[in-house]
Amino acid sequence: MRKNNNMRFAELTINSIHQGLINKEFTCQELVSEYLRWIKLRQNDINAFITVTEEMAMQQAQKVDEKINAGKEIGILEGVPAAIKDNFLVEDILASAGSKILSNYIAPYDATAVKRLRTAGVIFLGKTNCDEFAMGSSGETSAFGATKNPLDEERVPGGSSSGSAAAVGDNQCVFALGSDTGGSIRQPASFCGVVGLKPTYGRVSRHGLIALASSLDHVGSLTKNALDAAQVLQTISGADDFDSTAVDQQDDFLSHIDDDLRGFKFGIPKEYFIKGMDERVAEVVLQAIDKLRYLGAKVIEVSLPHTQYSLATYYILQPAEAAANLARYDGVKYGLRIEGENLEDMYIKTRSYGFGDEVKRRIMLGTYVLTAGYADDFYKTAQKMRTLIKQDFDQVFKKVDCLLTPTSPSVAFKLGEKFSNPLTMYLADIFTVSANIAGVPAISVPCGRVDNLPVGLQIIGNYFEEAKILQVAHGFEKG
Amino acid sequence: MIDENLVEHLAQLAKLDVTLEEKAKYGEQLSAILDYVKKLHSVDLMTVKPTDHITGLKNVSRNDEPANIFSVKKTLKTVPEISLNQIKVKSVLNEKK
Repeated sequence: MRKNNNMRFAELTINSIHQGLINKEFTCQELVSEYLRWIKLRQNDINAFITVTEEMAMQQAQKVDEKINAGKEIGILEGVPAAIKDNFLVEDILASAGSKILSNYIAPYDATAVKRLRTAGVIFLGKTNCDEFAMGSSGETSAFGATKNPLDEERVPGGSSSGSAAAVGDNQCVFALGSDTGGSIRQPASFCGVVGLKPTYGRVSRHGLIALASSLDHVGSLTKNALDAAQVLQTISGADDFDSTAVDQQDDFLSHIDDDLRGFKFGIPKEYFIKGMDERVAEVVLQAIDKLRYLGAKVIEVSLPHTQYSLATYYILQPAEAAANLARYDGVKYGLRIEGENLEDMYIKTRSYGFGDEVKRRIMLGTYVLTAGYADDFYKTAQKMRTLIKQDFDQVFKKVDCLLTPTSPSVAFKLGEKFSNPLTMYLADIFTVSANIAGVPAISVPCGRVDNLPVGLQIIGNYFEEAKILQVAHGFEKG
Repeated sequence: MIDENLVEHLAQLAKLDVTLEEKAKYGEQLSAILDYVKKLHSVDLMTVKPTDHITGLKNVSRNDEPANIFSVKKTLKTVPEISLNQIKVKSVLNEKK
């Protein structure tokens, strides 16, 4: 069965849904019922969702219909069906973070990003599958089974926002929230043929996002196009009393999104077109860059000289912060508890049973690099390299508006292909991690195919210049 | 190199139990990863300052005022074992040492 033959509202975007609702082409309840029906039909094959929140979604839809029928105005996101990655807290709903250790954890409050979407009238269809505690680049470490790539069910959708990307790509929702610590929004976006936005660090509050690595975690979105990404960002961004790292800066991501790209200066960092990556992916991305030249932009070669150290820096900082952040899962206050002979035994049994393989590996790696005697060698060294990586971006943004790179060195790989070798899996992040280390905004847009599998073009911008990268992404889509 | 003894030590610190097989497996995998990240040591970073916060925000604070923000009921519902509205665990301080 060709997918989407059967899905009435496939391909609808935020704007087209808004128009459809206010023009009474369909009711919100019809819309949401159809999405729920499609989700049910696809769940066995794709496994994008951990929890489907049918009752809540229909109640929300009913409220929207009542409002429309009463002649009241509705907001642009009101009535739009979305999905939320399972490492975000949605009040009264299971938040598992893809892990056994939280498989019984009912969220007592909404994450800030979730709350802002709820207030805007977004319909929550459910919680999407993800790599356990967002640790992974394929979706395969989830305790709830791997999510499949809707374009080829023998392949991974990417990770860790595997369910969110697959759900948007398969039209199971209009957009989804995701988190990106080393590429976890952008890489699955590129594998599933959707748009993935990681904003600037601090742009969106992380309150209610189950922490992986606090200095690297970013809240962002998986959407069908750049305009939708801008719309979602406009709603979820801004300062938050609950997150002291959220920056008090309100920007307008929409007013100039349609402006043309003439006069834009792009940089192609030579370190992102390397031996060992799929040459056909490089070719597709270079063709996409040609398209931008054709739209009137200037393209020059630039250099980010410390790129070769990004992955090493990331795989020291992230596991260290993860080890610290995951210490709280001890069976005491929430989640799984496995009783032991004494308190310590309870900690050990709970964590050993509750955590999966990759999580344990990263916790031990993080513990090692923070151990007295080694911390200077590893953690402090990585922090110093972080300074240099950041400076690379500072320098290059004096010369160009945005950078253009492939999002991933390959298209979606097969399930099981990289799973047995952690280091091989880590290399999947090679083009995405720098933007997390530096905290600069980056977006992945579909730009072509190899073997009929999507390729992502990554557009990286300067701090707080999401409006620019969204404008470029939108212009590229239109062009 | 990360040998099995070191894996056992790290597991203890992280409050994890690892089997003999896992010790060997993790030892191998962690060694390979460390080998990779050691490439940072080939760079002269003597004069570079470490970055711990990327946006340079400093001393962000709020007033220390109590408020009813989170539902006590919903929060307590997540606790594995409750007694008199308190979190119940095995004894923290032991008689014998």
